[in-house]
Amino acid sequence: MGLFRKNFGLLAFAAALGLAPLALPNDYYINVLILCCFNALIVMGLNLLMGYAGQVSLGHAAFFGLAAYTTAISTATLGLPIPVGMLAGVAVSAAVAWLLAVPTLKLHGNYLAMATLGFGIIVSIVFNEAVGLTGGPSGFVGIPRLKIAGFTFTSDKAYYFLSAAVLWVATLVSRRVIGSRTGRALRAIHVSESAAQAMGIDIARHKRFVFVLSAVYAGVAGTLYAHHLTFVAPSSFGFHFSVQLLTMVVLGGMASIWGAVAGAFFLTSLPEFLRMFEEVDILIYGGLLIACMMFMPSGLAGGAQAIARKLKAGVRRG
Amino acid sequence: MFAGAPQYLISGLTVGATYGLTALGFTMIFNTTGIINFAQGEFVMLGGMLAVVLQKAGAPLPVAIMLAVAVTALVGCLIERGVIRPVGRTAPVNLVIITIGISILLRGAVMLIWGKDTFALPPFSGSAPLAILGAAVQPQSLWVLLITLLLLVALKLFFSRTIHGKAMLACACEQKAAALMGISVDRMAMLSFGLSGFLGAVGGAILTPITLTSYDVGVMLGLKGFAACILGGLGNPFGAAAGGLILGVLESFGAGFVSSAYKDAFAFIVLLALLFVKPTGLFGGPKSDRV
Repeated sequence: MGLFRKNFGLLAFAAALGLAPLALPNDYYINVLILCCFNALIVMGLNLLMGYAGQVSLGHAAFFGLAAYTTAISTATLGLPIPVGMLAGVAVSAAVAWLLAVPTLKLHGNYLAMATLGFGIIVSIVFNEAVGLTGGPSGFVGIPRLKIAGFTFTSDKAYYFLSAAVLWVATLVSRRVIGSRTGRALRAIHVSESAAQAMGIDIARHKRFVFVLSAVYAGVAGTLYAHHLTFVAPSSFGFHFSVQLLTMVVLGGMASIWGAVAGAFFLTSLPEFLRMFEEVDILIYGGLLIACMMFMPSGLAGGAQAIARKLKAGVRRG
Repeated sequence: MFAGAPQYLISGLTVGATYGLTALGFTMIFNTTGIINFAQGEFVMLGGMLAVVLQKAGAPLPVAIMLAVAVTALVGCLIERGVIRPVGRTAPVNLVIITIGISILLRGAVMLIWGKDTFALPPFSGSAPLAILGAAVQPQSLWVLLITLLLLVALKLFFSRTIHGKAMLACACEQKAAALMGISVDRMAMLSFGLSGFLGAVGGAILTPITLTSYDVGVMLGLKGFAACILGGLGNPFGAAAGGLILGVLESFGAGFVSSAYKDAFAFIVLLALLFVKPTGLFGGPKSDRV
């Protein structure tokens, strides 16, 4: 019973992911769900970084893009097997994150935000300018569909179940990380770096770890994305997408895994239902970021918890 | 090979002056409040865009620029009063998110109202180039350098001679002690946002005749302003201005001698390299953390 209760959230999440396609009116929405899974994956990693280590990345779209382009180039241009390409994509994201983290994370909180902002812009420039490698602004076409051990994921439904499974495993990993010694160290760093250091926590190493981990999440999402759409273009990996990701984290609630999932699913599917959203979406993201920080600093997850507490108190009183 | 050098130097100094003003804006807010204002680049954008819009609406150029600068300074004050102050003391990550929110809100608003076009402003005194040391110098470059220099002198006097300037310096040293001396830390924070809006807007307005402007120039300018801050040592106003000039010149030479497609990458590479080698900046001393 104890074990069941502890893992109730994970089980319910698995059930919800598995049953979600049944609730959809038509197959177009499967694609939206797949995108939701990709975004939730990136946002979960970003949430580990922001919510637990108190660092902001404004260039996560770049890690997503680096992995997508790496697997695209390895499989379509170089003709390597797809799993090799995907591994290479994730490895490139992780390696670049590590390189970026070494100089910036030694320093005070705000440096990583600026460095990743610049990094995101530079990567965008490279995607656009290195036409021979990336196809330039018009994009990279002809990425093969995902094929593992002879099975090709041709139907969107199959791809959805794969993405959902990856997302579920990532959730599991995140929970293990948060509950581990490293997770506790990260929370200590968030509360007070000086105090954490005095307790003997290697701050730079822990921050670096979680930053690279978040880049790995983004990288996994990027490789899945490339082999799903079979086409990638630089505009999907720009500053705008980084801001979207940031808004998903903040709206969902920092330092909450379920908040990350909720924020990603909500903000990814919202434009599908509100078409007029397109022109003003950047204003809405800006407004959401400010409003959340002013009135709801722990996001949807925190809001839900507060409501649940009030209900409980009400039940007890009544 | 070095024939173009004076030319690159002048254009680098001109752009660098604006980076310097942006960096000064960062420094102003950071020193008084400890916040890195990610909307700093938007102040530069607003200065340029508002000047263009007002000038198009029929205002004479000097009036348009002064109004644009005044409005941007007001926007800076409103940001502090309306968003930063109500939030109060909070984790740095939250403040970063808030200022990013402000920055995309400003950018989005400008895009919705005036569109995505690129706009130009006429130069202050004609465009016939002057020949200086074999380089063709636009008169506007001289205006930019002159106005930046005047602003630096004015700031120096403001901080050393006026009661408000000294109060701001006191806040930068130690907020609690400043409050105990009867200085309203809140008011000084608002002043610092207004002042950095003012500096950014001046930079934007005087540079626009040379580089043009549009709703999205703020990100890059903000980023380079910050790189200039780091170059000079964060929190050091003299370093910020010097950092801006150095960065502008490096970038100009990089674009001229290496590659102009990757021009915008230079600032970033400089930033990362410096963080790696000497994180306190060229003019910064060793730093310790307050617990």
